[in-house]
Amino acid sequence: MKRWNGPLFVAPAFLHLLVFALVPIGYAGYLSFFKMHLIRGERHFVGLHNYSFLAGDASFWNAMWNSARYALLSVPIGMVVGLGVALLVNQRLRGVTIFRTLYYIPSIASAIALSMLWIYVFLPQNGMINTFLGWLGIRTDTDFLANVSWAMWALVIMAALNGVGPKMILFLAGLLNVPPELYEAAQLDGASKPRQFWKITLPMLAPTTFFVMVTSTIAAMQIFTPVYLMTKGGPEDSTDVVGYHIYQEAWVRFNTGLASAQSFILLAVIAVIAVFQFRIQRRQLAGYGT
Amino acid sequence: MSPVKPVGRGFGLGVVLAALLLLGASSPAMRVFDGAAGIYGLFLVGTGSTKKAGSYWLLTLLAFILFAPFIWMILVALHPPKTPIPPLAEIIPHEPAWSNFKQVLFSPTLPISRFFFNTIFVTSTVVALQLLITSMAGYGLSRLRWKGREVAFWLFLGSMMFAGPVTQIPVYLLLKSLGWLDTYYALIVPGISSAFSVFLLRQFFLQLPFELDEAARIDGAGDWTIYSRVILPLGKPALATAGAFTFFAVWTDFFNPLISTNSTQMRTLEVGLSIFKNSYGGENWPLQMTAALIVMAPLVIVFLFVQRFFVRGIMLGSIK
Repeated sequence: MKRWNGPLFVAPAFLHLLVFALVPIGYAGYLSFFKMHLIRGERHFVGLHNYSFLAGDASFWNAMWNSARYALLSVPIGMVVGLGVALLVNQRLRGVTIFRTLYYIPSIASAIALSMLWIYVFLPQNGMINTFLGWLGIRTDTDFLANVSWAMWALVIMAALNGVGPKMILFLAGLLNVPPELYEAAQLDGASKPRQFWKITLPMLAPTTFFVMVTSTIAAMQIFTPVYLMTKGGPEDSTDVVGYHIYQEAWVRFNTGLASAQSFILLAVIAVIAVFQFRIQRRQLAGYGT
Repeated sequence: MSPVKPVGRGFGLGVVLAALLLLGASSPAMRVFDGAAGIYGLFLVGTGSTKKAGSYWLLTLLAFILFAPFIWMILVALHPPKTPIPPLAEIIPHEPAWSNFKQVLFSPTLPISRFFFNTIFVTSTVVALQLLITSMAGYGLSRLRWKGREVAFWLFLGSMMFAGPVTQIPVYLLLKSLGWLDTYYALIVPGISSAFSVFLLRQFFLQLPFELDEAARIDGAGDWTIYSRVILPLGKPALATAGAFTFFAVWTDFFNPLISTNSTQMRTLEVGLSIFKNSYGGENWPLQMTAALIVMAPLVIVFLFVQRFFVRGIMLGSIK
């Protein structure tokens, strides 16, 4: 009786995990071997045809590339901003906790409200950025969200600024964990502040940096809501990220099988990236002797 | 530090005076620049040290960049409906149009009050059920030893990382075959457990001393008693953290309610607001911003109350 208590306590959550995560992942793999229409419900087994079709589908790989581009831009920028802000709010200043709270607020804001606000920020006439540029004497009426070379950057900048909260807190926790004796010793040896940053702070933050990198890369590869609300994948598919592409395939064109195959490829890519990052991390940590 | 102070104060006063002299002389851009210089000077005077003033200045600048759109939202929400986007120079409304709030809350075309009810009902139900289910799992995964425990834990952890968009179609088909589409079941049941909460609570429960369980066991307590009388009361901070995270995740969830409901009556605030955005086009900014403000306000108010749990939770969640 007693040895069943462990499994019994976990059972409700595990059942939920099975029904809403594990079985669906397997079922998506199964569906990816079919040609299926979501509404009409017709279903034909087509084997690997969806995958071989996708291998040569330029629009799908454009979407994969857009997601990769988004991740490659937004993850490093977001991390630098997060670390910078953490250093800034890690100082002993009166009222600094108020700023920590303020910086976190955009991270809990609703995506819809944020998207509406930032549509305004990027507007061509009377938009916030163009107005500020005008005050500085630069007259433009760039429609950032409708401009092929700017739309992706607009999404990246918006994400980096509004998503600063959790990254700031993580880096702050990492900074508080650095033993102060290290800095004292470095000061005695006459190491300058920048040198202390590169030789002590950054290496000691390696585990935090890694955690932030993995979680934000996975999140960035799946970005959907801002694209859906702000650019609809445009202009000219330049922000058609894979999350949005799959949404279109599944819920607009109703190609259930093909969308399942796409989401499976995305899953595999994310898994490979995560494993790759874990590998690098292990080598790095070994280098620092931790 | 003390020798720096007079220097900082004097320099600060100088900056303020120079800014005041230049002010009013020239273009709007110069006025903004002078205002900024003046504030910077005041900071120097206040803190007495250039380094500290620089820090405050950076902190304020960043806060301003992050919040400028929000300030704009509040100001535009008070313009009369259908006003075209005002240029920044005319951003402050002549006469605040408070009636916008009434117009949005009691919109004849979109039942915002119903959206509000749906969101509050769904969020509170999900938070309550999820805390019960995931705290039980957290207990089973941390305080009890059994075969397969580690495997189960890694399955939770793995699904947290990789589930993503893969599950959307199968979960939709499941809800459809159960006849739950467009009902509260579809909005609630998929959320009643979360791998993230399980993980968070397990991490916290592991940190509680194991002597507590042993002492209770010697007194003849069973697992349910230990869970409900010992671990849960001690785990209140962790439960508050998990509850806060779940609250914001469910309240602002957009994708799941978007695909699992389709009648206006069943929409949540987030999805309802996106319909609002579409039905008013890009034209009626004041009403759109009023709606955005109405959705944002409860989130910010709740956040100010629960923010300390966020800090703890994020730190706990990152421990591997």
